[in-house]
Amino acid sequence: MNFPTLLFHAFALLAVAGAVGTVANLRNTVAAAMSLVLTMVSLAGIYVLLGAHIIAVFQIMVYGGAIVVLFLFAVMLRGDESEPLPRGRMRLVKAASVLVAVCVMAGFARILVGFPEPPAAPTDFGRARTVGIALYSDYVLLVEMVSLVLLAAIVGALVLAKRNTD
Amino acid sequence: MIPIDHVIGLSALLFGIGAIGVLVRRNLIVMLMSIELMLNAANLAFVAFNRVWPGMDSTKALDGQVFVLLVITVAAAEVAVGLGILLALFRNRDSVDPEEASLLKW
Amino acid sequence: MVVATFVKTAFILFVVIGVLAPVITWVERKQSALMQDRIGANRASIAGVTIIGLMHPVADVIKLLAKEDVVPAGANRLLHLLAPVLVAVPAVIAFAVIPFGGSYHFGATTVQLVVADIDWGLLYVFAIGSLAAYGPILAGWASNSNWSILGSLRASAQMISYEVTLGFSVVGVFMVFQTLRLTDMAVAQDTTFRAFALVEGLFGLKPPAALEWLGALRLPNWGIFLQPLAFVMFLTAIMAENKRPPFDTPEGESEIVAGYHIEYSGMRFGLFYMSEFIGVVVIAGLMTTIFFGGWSVPYLPQEAIIAGVGRFFGVGFATGFCMLVHFVTFMLKLAAMIWLQMALRWTLPRFRYDQVMDLCWKILLPLSLANILVTGMVILALEGTA
Repeated sequence: MNFPTLLFHAFALLAVAGAVGTVANLRNTVAAAMSLVLTMVSLAGIYVLLGAHIIAVFQIMVYGGAIVVLFLFAVMLRGDESEPLPRGRMRLVKAASVLVAVCVMAGFARILVGFPEPPAAPTDFGRARTVGIALYSDYVLLVEMVSLVLLAAIVGALVLAKRNTD
Repeated sequence: MIPIDHVIGLSALLFGIGAIGVLVRRNLIVMLMSIELMLNAANLAFVAFNRVWPGMDSTKALDGQVFVLLVITVAAAEVAVGLGILLALFRNRDSVDPEEASLLKW
Repeated sequence: MVVATFVKTAFILFVVIGVLAPVITWVERKQSALMQDRIGANRASIAGVTIIGLMHPVADVIKLLAKEDVVPAGANRLLHLLAPVLVAVPAVIAFAVIPFGGSYHFGATTVQLVVADIDWGLLYVFAIGSLAAYGPILAGWASNSNWSILGSLRASAQMISYEVTLGFSVVGVFMVFQTLRLTDMAVAQDTTFRAFALVEGLFGLKPPAALEWLGALRLPNWGIFLQPLAFVMFLTAIMAENKRPPFDTPEGESEIVAGYHIEYSGMRFGLFYMSEFIGVVVIAGLMTTIFFGGWSVPYLPQEAIIAGVGRFFGVGFATGFCMLVHFVTFMLKLAAMIWLQMALRWTLPRFRYDQVMDLCWKILLPLSLANILVTGMVILALEGTA
């Protein structure tokens, strides 16, 4: 058990803990958001261990630094009230079915065809230069389309946030 | 080198937890956060698979990482619009319970 | 290698943060006093010894440690405790990528005066800066007070807006230096370039006969000469990120009574207070590295120093001497940048909140995009003429 594997298991544990904290019926939505941040940052650590550095830094910048901040804004503007628990039986049915689904999925992933030992990654696997050049040469059309999606999202968010003054 | 099947197992587990969140919770903000969790699980799978099949120097295959960048961007756009809808929808009510938004139910 | 990292980390924690941040509180009081034609704080003393007020940082730290930690009623205790941590930690770990010196070869070993030589160093700083937005949000939310929430909303909106401008304003610098690695940027600024080459390359003009020296003038390859507009925009954006005056509407003392850290006392407030000054040092370090040549001495590249001193004392000693010279140069430039921030803080009045937002979205963002466009065009035009 070498150091990267140990580190990966530590990050994986933190990610799962954060995920459970997000989903669990906490009294406090802000605490759920902070658990989500924990998951995001742990996943960024796993990306670094996999060698995809530029993805890790974007994960922290965009997910950890902007998206969850948006969630916190929404919570602060809406208020932080707790919800009524689902009724007894319905809750049991939901929980049981979803638990089974999770186990099946996790099991599938584990017994899939064993992955070959990955080849040593090319030295510029996750570098900004490689991904940047690829983005603007092979995938430039996708970049343009994503910019249109962002424009639509900005306009949509502005329209939704405006109050009707008529 | 970290064991890739563990990474895929983690991705499946996170996806399952996110799915539980969407199905069981009755708070729209937490449901949106669970959707983000599922998107993150998918991203992890993309990066892990790209690591297993990265292509070599002449025929580089960066599909996984590029797609992850696009997923992150689209997730940001989705959260912005989703929260806008949430705030607009529940501007007049006091709770963020999706059961309350039932005017169109037959 | 692990030992070296430990030594460098310990240096940053104890010298830069433990000594420099309290000294900057003293600098703030003395510099403002000098600028305002008064004496400033000079009464704190230990056994009757006051050294021009340098005992005040010590007195401040002792006072903050000894005060009672008050948590307001109805506040969320966990988040109230978490917020100062989330403010202090990003400020401290941003130092990991700032190079205090270059890399020096002592025979077989190479010493690099930077804790982490990451390939995407500057993006790391931006990522850490975006994580720093959580402190004010949680502090305001957890304090269960009107002024806190107002301050926290202002702070978070300001911080996430200026993150965008911060990123855009240095894209021009990336394009010029072709690297994100801060150590490589410092090395690239170790040379000089012919100032007139820009005009010659773009317009094909030669200097007039009377101004021959203009054609031969060489400037150090610093970021501020290559990208002056980027320097101004970066300075504005990063001072707004750190919520330093003139951008301190979130803690506007005259409006919302200390904003999001109103309900904090004792060492928790001390963490907020110190993080702002640690942020000042981080900003100074970043500006030095990106725009003012980092550790390099102008007009004296590293090889020249080592060769020059090596002729008298031998290469090993010359390399060590060069390391010392570079370190001292970096510290001097750091001090100059800190002075600049203090001078800006005590001369400019606070912006109104809508002026802050206007500045970001309506002025800095279009300007930074224009900077990227013009830089790209100039680089393409000069490529042809080499």
